[in-house]
Amino acid sequence: MATYDSLFSALGLKQWCAEGKADGPMSMADLLNKASGKSAEPESLWDLPFPSMDALNDSCAAFPKSRELTQGLEQGFLAIKDNLSLVLDPITQPLSWSLDGALYGMINTPWWIVIPIMLAVVFLVTKSWKLVVFVGASLCLLAFIDYYVYAMQTLAIIFVCAFLCVLFGVPIGIAMSRSNTMQRLTIPVLDMLQTLPPFVYLIPLIFLFSVTESKLYGIAIILYAIVPVVRLTNLGIRLVDKDVIEAADAFGMTPRQKLFKVQIPLALPNIMAGVNQTIMMSLAMVVIASLVSAPGLGVLVLRGIRNLDLGVGLIAGFGIVILAVILDRVTKASLARINASQNQ
Amino acid sequence: MADDIKISIKNLYKIFGPTPDVALEHVKQGMNKADLLDQHNHVLGLRDINVDILDGKITVIMGLSGSGKSTLIRHLNRLIEPTAGEIQLNGEDVLELKEGQLRQLRREQMSMVFQKFALLPHKTVLENAGMALNIRGSSVADFESEAVKWLARVGLEGNENQFPHQLSGGMQQRVGIARALVSNSPVMLMDEAFSALDPLIRSDMQDLLLELQGELQKTIVFITHDLDEALKLSDHLVILKDGEVVQQGDPQDILLNPNDPYIVAFINDINRARVLRVRSVMNRTVDNDVDYAGDLLENDNLETVLSRSGGDLDKVFRVVRNGEAVGSLSMKELTLALVPTGEPTEETAA
Ligand SMILES: Nc1ncnc2c1ncn2[C@@H]1O[C@H](COP(=O)(O)OP(=O)(O)O)[C@@H](O)[C@H]1O
Ligand SMILES: [Mg+2]
Repeated sequence: MATYDSLFSALGLKQWCAEGKADGPMSMADLLNKASGKSAEPESLWDLPFPSMDALNDSCAAFPKSRELTQGLEQGFLAIKDNLSLVLDPITQPLSWSLDGALYGMINTPWWIVIPIMLAVVFLVTKSWKLVVFVGASLCLLAFIDYYVYAMQTLAIIFVCAFLCVLFGVPIGIAMSRSNTMQRLTIPVLDMLQTLPPFVYLIPLIFLFSVTESKLYGIAIILYAIVPVVRLTNLGIRLVDKDVIEAADAFGMTPRQKLFKVQIPLALPNIMAGVNQTIMMSLAMVVIASLVSAPGLGVLVLRGIRNLDLGVGLIAGFGIVILAVILDRVTKASLARINASQNQ
Repeated sequence: MADDIKISIKNLYKIFGPTPDVALEHVKQGMNKADLLDQHNHVLGLRDINVDILDGKITVIMGLSGSGKSTLIRHLNRLIEPTAGEIQLNGEDVLELKEGQLRQLRREQMSMVFQKFALLPHKTVLENAGMALNIRGSSVADFESEAVKWLARVGLEGNENQFPHQLSGGMQQRVGIARALVSNSPVMLMDEAFSALDPLIRSDMQDLLLELQGELQKTIVFITHDLDEALKLSDHLVILKDGEVVQQGDPQDILLNPNDPYIVAFINDINRARVLRVRSVMNRTVDNDVDYAGDLLENDNLETVLSRSGGDLDKVFRVVRNGEAVGSLSMKELTLALVPTGEPTEETAA
C-alpha cells in the first residue's frame, strides 16, 4: 500500500496500473526500505510525500519513475548522436588540426625563437617597453622552473580558440546589430552559454566527440569564451554616434562602406574590450578543459588535486595567474592605444 | 530678377508614428499637433509645406526647437521619407529615385553640415575633408590637393594631419564646411551648423560663410533658431512653427510686416537699427527741390544712418544706387521704422 493508491482507484486507473507491474529497476531507497522491513506507508499527514514521479510509481507501477526520464534523455541523445556526429565531425575537424598544429609548433620551436617572437608581438600591439620587460621576465621565470612546455601548451590553445572566437564572434555581433530579430534570437543563446556551469556543457560534448580528439576541448572553450566578443561587438556598433552615421548616409555611403569605414572603426574600443574578456575566459576554460584531456597548466592543477600534490598544484596555479596577468595587461594596453587615438 | 528654382517643396506632410496614412487624413481635415498626439498618438512633423529654394541663394529656415526644421531639411536628401507631398530638384522628382540614384544625388548634388560636426573621429582632418571624394572611390593621394585647398580656404592651413578631437569646436566646424565644399555639390544643407559655437566664433563663421557664398554662389539651405543669424544670412526666410510655415519671404519684409503674433514675439527684442536696411524703409520718390543732408547707399543699415544724422531728426537723406538717386529717407520715417510692433510704416516698399 502506498499514499496515492486511492487517487488512482478514484480515477479508475487500477487496471492500467496493474498492467505495468513488471519489475522495473529498483531504487536505492526501495532497497533500503526492503532491508529494514519498513513499509513505505506514511504515518500521518505530516509525512505526506510530494506527488512526484517516484511517489506515484509506488502506488501505480505503470507510472514512470524519474530515473526513466534521465534514461530516456540519454537514450534519445544516443539515438541522434550518430547522425549528429556524422555532420559535426567533418565540420569541426579543422579545429582539431589547428589545435594540434599550434601545440606542435609552439612546443617544437626552440624557446629562443618563441620567446623573442612573443616579445615582438607584445611590443607591436602595446608600444610599451615596460610591458615587454614584464612579459619577458614572466616567461623566463616560468621556463626557469621548468613549466615552459605546459605554459606554451596553454597559450597555444588560447591563441587558437580566441582567434576563432573573434573570427566567428565579430560577424555574429555585426549581424545582431543590424537586425533586431537576430538580436532577439541570439541573446537567449548567449545568456544560456554564459550561465550554464562549464562542467555541464562538457557532458553532451563528451558523448559527441571522443575524448582523445582535441576539438572536444576546443569547442568547449570556444562556446564558453565567444559570448563577450559577440555581445560587445553588437553593443559597440549599436552605440556608434547617430550623428556620424547620419553624416555617412548624407554623403552617400553604401551600407558596406558605412560598416567598414564608420561602424567597425568606431566600435573598435568595445570590440577590443570583448576580445580581452574572450581571452580571459578562454584561459579560465582551458584549465577546466584539462578534465577532458586539454594539455597545459590545467593538467598540473588537476594532478595536484588528484594526487594531493600540493606543491605542483600551487605552482601550476601561480603559472596560470602569471599568464592571466600577461594576457590581460597586453590586451588592455592595446585597447588603451585604440581609445587614445579616437576619444572625442 | 529671374530667379531659377533649384529645389521645390510642394504640399509636404510628415507624420511620425505607426500608421501615418490614417493620421494624415485627420491632419488634412485640420486636426492640430497636440490633438493628434493626444487622440492618435502620432507626432505631426510637417504640415503642408510649400517652399521654393532659389538657385545660388541662402534660404534660412527658422523656428523654435521642435518646430520641424531638422525634419524638413532631412527631406531634401531623403534622410527622412515624407508621408505625402513632392520634392523636386532641378525639376526632377527626388521621391522617384531608386536607392542607387539617391546615393548618387547625395554624393554629387547635396552636401550637409551638422550641428554636432559629425566628423569621423578616427580620421585626420585631411581625410575628413576628403570624405565625399573617398566615398566616390578616390584615394588620399587623389583628393589631397582638393582637400588641402579647401581646408586652407576655411582657415585650416597646417592642421591637415591633426585629429578632430585635437581641434576646438569652431575649427571642427570649419572641417565640416570644408568637407561639404570638397564634395563640390551645388546644394549645401546646414542644420544649425553654428548653434553649438560660442557667439564670437559663430559670428566669424557667419562672415566666412557669406564670404564663401559671395565667391561660390551655392544653393544653401541654412537652419537656425536664432533670428539675428537668420537676418544676417538669409536671402529668403522661412519661419516654421509646429511644423507649419507661418510666413516666408524677404527677411526685411517679414521684419516690417510680421503676420503672426509668434513672429512679432520673435522680432520684438532684436536691434532693428542694425538689421533694417535703407532700401526697405525708404521713400521711393526723389524730389529735386528738397535740400538733402547727404547720400545713403540703399544697403546701408539704419544704424549707419543714425550716426550720420548726428541726432538731428529734421534731416532728409537721398538714397543712391550706382550713383543714381532712387529714393529718399527722412529721419522721421526712420524713427517710425524702429518702433518694434506689428504695424509697419506706410512707406514700406514691397
Ligand atoms: N523619429 C521621430 N519620431 C517621432 N517624432 C519625431 C521624430 N523626429 C522628430 N520628431 C518630432 O518632430 C518634431 C520636429 O522635430 P525636429 O525636426 O527635430 O525639430 P527642430 O529641428 O526644429 O528642433 C518634434 O516634435 C519631434 O519630437
Ligand atoms: Mg533640429
